[in-house]
Amino acid sequence: MTEPISALKMAGFDGLARVEDCGLQGMITLRGDLSARAVKSSVTAATGLPGPKQPRPLQIIAGKSGAAAWMSPDEMLLLCPYGKTGSVLAAMQEKLAKVHALVVDVSDARALLQVAGPCAREVMAKLCPLDLSPENFRPGTLRRTRMAQIPAALWMEDDATFRVICFRSVADYAFNLLKTAAHPEAGVGYF
Amino acid sequence: MSTRITSHGRLIDRNTTVSFTFNGRSFIGHVGDTLASALLANDQMMIGRSFKYHRPRGLVASGAEEPNALVGLGTGARFEPNQRATTTELFDGLSARSQNHWPSLEHDIGAINSMFARFLPAGFYYKTFMYPRSFWKSVYEPFIRQSAGLGQVPTERDADTYEHFYAFADVLVIGGGVAGLQAALTAGRSGAKVLLIEQSAHWGGRAPVDGGSIDGAPVDGFVEQAVSELEEMPNVTLRSRCMGAGVYDHGYALGYERLTDHAPTQPGPRHRLWRIRAKQIVTATGAIERPLAFAGNDVPGVMLASAMRDYVVNYGVTPGQRVIVATNNDDAYRTAITLHKAGVQVLRILDARNSGGGPLMGEARELGMRIDCGRAIGKVKGGKRVTGVSICAQEGQGGALEDVACDAVAMSGGWSPVVHLWSHCGGKLTWDDAYAMFRPDPQRPPTGADGLGYVTAAGAANGALALDAVLADATVAASAAVRAAGFKPKSVAPPQGAASPEAPLEPVWLMPRRAETPLRMKAWLDYQNDVKVSDVQLAAREGYESVEHTKRYTTLGMATDQGKLSNINGLATLADALQAEIPQVGTTTFRPPYTPISMGAIAGEARAEVFQPIRKTPMHDWHEAHGADWEPVGHWRRPYAYKRPGESTHDAVMREVKNTREAVGMLDASTLGKILVKGPDAGKFLDMMYTNMMSTLKPGKCRYGLMCSENGFLIDDGVVARIDDDAWLCHTTTGGADRIHAHMEEWLQTEWWDWQVYTANLTEQYAQIAVVGPMARTVLETLGGMDLSKEALGFMEWKDGALGGIPVRVYRISFSGELSYEIAVPASLGQALWDKIADVGAAYRIMPYGTECLHILRAEKGFIMIGDETDGTVIPQDLGLNWAISKKKEDFLGKRAQERSHMTDPDRWKLVGLETTDGSTLPDGAYAVAEGVNANGQRNVQGRVTSTYHSPTLGKGIAMGLVLHGPDRMGELLEFPGTDGKTYTAKITDPVFYDKNGEKQND
Repeated sequence: MTEPISALKMAGFDGLARVEDCGLQGMITLRGDLSARAVKSSVTAATGLPGPKQPRPLQIIAGKSGAAAWMSPDEMLLLCPYGKTGSVLAAMQEKLAKVHALVVDVSDARALLQVAGPCAREVMAKLCPLDLSPENFRPGTLRRTRMAQIPAALWMEDDATFRVICFRSVADYAFNLLKTAAHPEAGVGYF
Repeated sequence: MSTRITSHGRLIDRNTTVSFTFNGRSFIGHVGDTLASALLANDQMMIGRSFKYHRPRGLVASGAEEPNALVGLGTGARFEPNQRATTTELFDGLSARSQNHWPSLEHDIGAINSMFARFLPAGFYYKTFMYPRSFWKSVYEPFIRQSAGLGQVPTERDADTYEHFYAFADVLVIGGGVAGLQAALTAGRSGAKVLLIEQSAHWGGRAPVDGGSIDGAPVDGFVEQAVSELEEMPNVTLRSRCMGAGVYDHGYALGYERLTDHAPTQPGPRHRLWRIRAKQIVTATGAIERPLAFAGNDVPGVMLASAMRDYVVNYGVTPGQRVIVATNNDDAYRTAITLHKAGVQVLRILDARNSGGGPLMGEARELGMRIDCGRAIGKVKGGKRVTGVSICAQEGQGGALEDVACDAVAMSGGWSPVVHLWSHCGGKLTWDDAYAMFRPDPQRPPTGADGLGYVTAAGAANGALALDAVLADATVAASAAVRAAGFKPKSVAPPQGAASPEAPLEPVWLMPRRAETPLRMKAWLDYQNDVKVSDVQLAAREGYESVEHTKRYTTLGMATDQGKLSNINGLATLADALQAEIPQVGTTTFRPPYTPISMGAIAGEARAEVFQPIRKTPMHDWHEAHGADWEPVGHWRRPYAYKRPGESTHDAVMREVKNTREAVGMLDASTLGKILVKGPDAGKFLDMMYTNMMSTLKPGKCRYGLMCSENGFLIDDGVVARIDDDAWLCHTTTGGADRIHAHMEEWLQTEWWDWQVYTANLTEQYAQIAVVGPMARTVLETLGGMDLSKEALGFMEWKDGALGGIPVRVYRISFSGELSYEIAVPASLGQALWDKIADVGAAYRIMPYGTECLHILRAEKGFIMIGDETDGTVIPQDLGLNWAISKKKEDFLGKRAQERSHMTDPDRWKLVGLETTDGSTLPDGAYAVAEGVNANGQRNVQGRVTSTYHSPTLGKGIAMGLVLHGPDRMGELLEFPGTDGKTYTAKITDPVFYDKNGEKQND
């Protein structure tokens, strides 16, 4: 079978931070009543989150097999291995069979990038109108925001590593943008 | 003459020289000089010419308020006009040239304007360049533009890079003088997150020049200690060379950081625009000295007293050897004393006050300087530099009592707090009679979302001019800001400032007070825009009573310095002319930025490859490699046609159309919108969104649908596929995907919030490939994996399966009239499928085709295109699409609107086909003319072309258009005058030119 390829084909750049394509990432959009038991159990089934744990607003939390991110009062984004998307979807659909909800594969509609290094916060703060200071933005926070002229969602894996999701069609723009912001001579020294 | 002296010069490094050029001449300066101080050190008194009269002009100020010394800086790709010499730090190799002169600074033809100045009064342009109207563009504008001017536009692409930075702080302190430093210390000690920005390269502002002591030690010591204490605080960030450019709503502020202007060979961005969100803002922006309005106050060598002091103390440069000081206040005595101590001869201090000043006057007298009270400058003599002054009585009309030869004049009309940033977002001012100045009214600050103030002015910017008052005020201001930001200020006693006490000033708005007309015509208020006392008085006489009107009529304060020196003097002059009080006249509006900031900083990173996001389909690179001529569609780039070597775009389009009709073509249709609509009420919802019935569609089937706005106008169209019992996939136009998704969500969230429907925009999840033409089925069957026979997949049906081992969903739909399949595939496999189809299809003459071919194919079939046949005023009924409007449905968006009388008017233009009688192609957008003319004398019209192409299939021009009673007039001829001078004749026909019975698409 033919192998799927990500929009950025694993491109990378080293500057103030390392900017790189994370490759294909399984992503599922869930829309529904996030307080409903069936919806919660579908999230648990998709991510392997322990027990009753669910992401709170502006939060992303990881479970054994994936992660769940709060996107809006009736929307969540679930991350899973790209190859598992189909089976995770099926498992969720089973849990949601009796309630009104929408789950759909959006893995191919997106690109996932990583920005890592001691200056990663600075690189992102050139492009996103967010308070990215260490006291305000910590691993576990997820924000949907604007990155220069495109929508983006971002969170931190650890204190020096951002993950950024954008639409697939603008992956080139997003990469070049991050490359520009991470120019080795363009340090700010703010955080 | 102006020259470097051996004493003073706290900011320069005398051991390091740098060379630079001005108008091609080489000069030497020191590290630490500004361009202004270095020019002055080289006796370059004249630096430019004025805007309107081309009068010789020199330095007036030493900082951001400088109106005259604007230069073109740099060369080629690093050239920038209108740069202030006073804020340009000198570097080796700097190249500057003066502005507003022709052919040279020394000999300027435009200076003739000056001789005719009496014929160029305020409003001259408004009065003169009125009639005839036809002259506006072709005669008057070029004339005015050439004689006006200021800097030249750069001719090359900017070689530098720029960026933005988003910063968040509890307290933003703007201004790094002693007030700003003290405010930052107060805020920093409370634990608040503080950002302190200063426009110059130095901390401390002008306090170290003005003297006095803080806690018994020189001011410099305090500055040094404060900066090092602030640098130690982890919660405080300091940025010099970063100007507070503007204050906006809700604590938003802009900082303009100039990173490499002083060192252009340093790598990295040139400017950085700080986009700051602060809970509280403290404006410690200082004060600016006002000039005095006397005749000849613009002759090079006449300078603000404070600026003269700055040049001596900071740069070790004296603007003259024999100086006369004119003042209405005590502060100018500091300049006289400084000059005297630097060895400069101070010939006279002309104090406009009859009683003179306080202890500073006494100090000057003790040093042996001659002080004349109640005296004024009647007139400054000299052209390109000061040669002398006529001294007169301040209360008189200007009759000279004495002429004194001198080479520089220091003037001081009092101080005005820099209230700009306070005022940007609505902070109000109050008139302070004692100091004759507007200062921030603490009762009326700019307010945030909570209705409370978020800006506090501190120090001189708040009207606290004396050193002790500055420090006390800054402490109070910062404590208030800290509290408002939710922190508790530490109670630390503020440092004690000590400076000579000052006697009150006496407002002087014209010197001498009753100056005669010839003197008033040479008494400048606005140097940069050449506005004089007489101009403002004329405006008042002509009825311009509002300060905003006077500003526009005279151009007072409208130049790039935004009237930093001229506004208060100008409105005081206006108030006097109107016999009104100054606070009644009020100020003009203070608008950001404080001083001009570069276009590059505003654009930030948005240039070259990241100028704008370009949306690319998964097959974009393939198209690029195969000769795609790109067409922008929204932010997408779609191939317009694939040009082969030696082929014109037109030839390529013709080839693509023929090949698709005769063999098979493939199209990247990935950009089409795909919106999933799911839920128990999804059918009901779609019945409201579309004009036709979608709820009755069977799973596995497709239906073409129209969407209208609630006003009945057609906004989008596309094929809807029913996926299962409660899910539909709606295809939208390329440009409509985001808009229609938002439209759906808006109705769901605001009107039908109780309906059980969810939507998801899946546009980018799938690559979509259309395989079109008589051989389409053969190609896909060769690829293998699915039964795509007529029986297995009929027209307007869809099916999931695999092709060539790739999972796909195949829609049998057609926008070309041909046998056609649109194949959706996960985007990550889009290129793989495209390659396989191209490989297999090669044997069947498959060719990719672009959007223009797509357009011709659909036009030959009479299919409408949103944006061509529609323009926001067209309803489906105009396009003969009544068949797609349900008669059974009780309601849908647009239904009631379409029943309004204007919508059902039989005279609405309706869609028809158009065929030129000679086979030529109608011009796009051409109008069909009718008999007679309308009320505007224009030819009456009866229709217009909406789409027009040369059809290679039919070998002639075909078009669609909207025509009055069109469908009833088949066969009639219409005349379309083109913009090329020709008139085209076309016959009204049916819009379907090709395969009228639809046999091919149903095959």
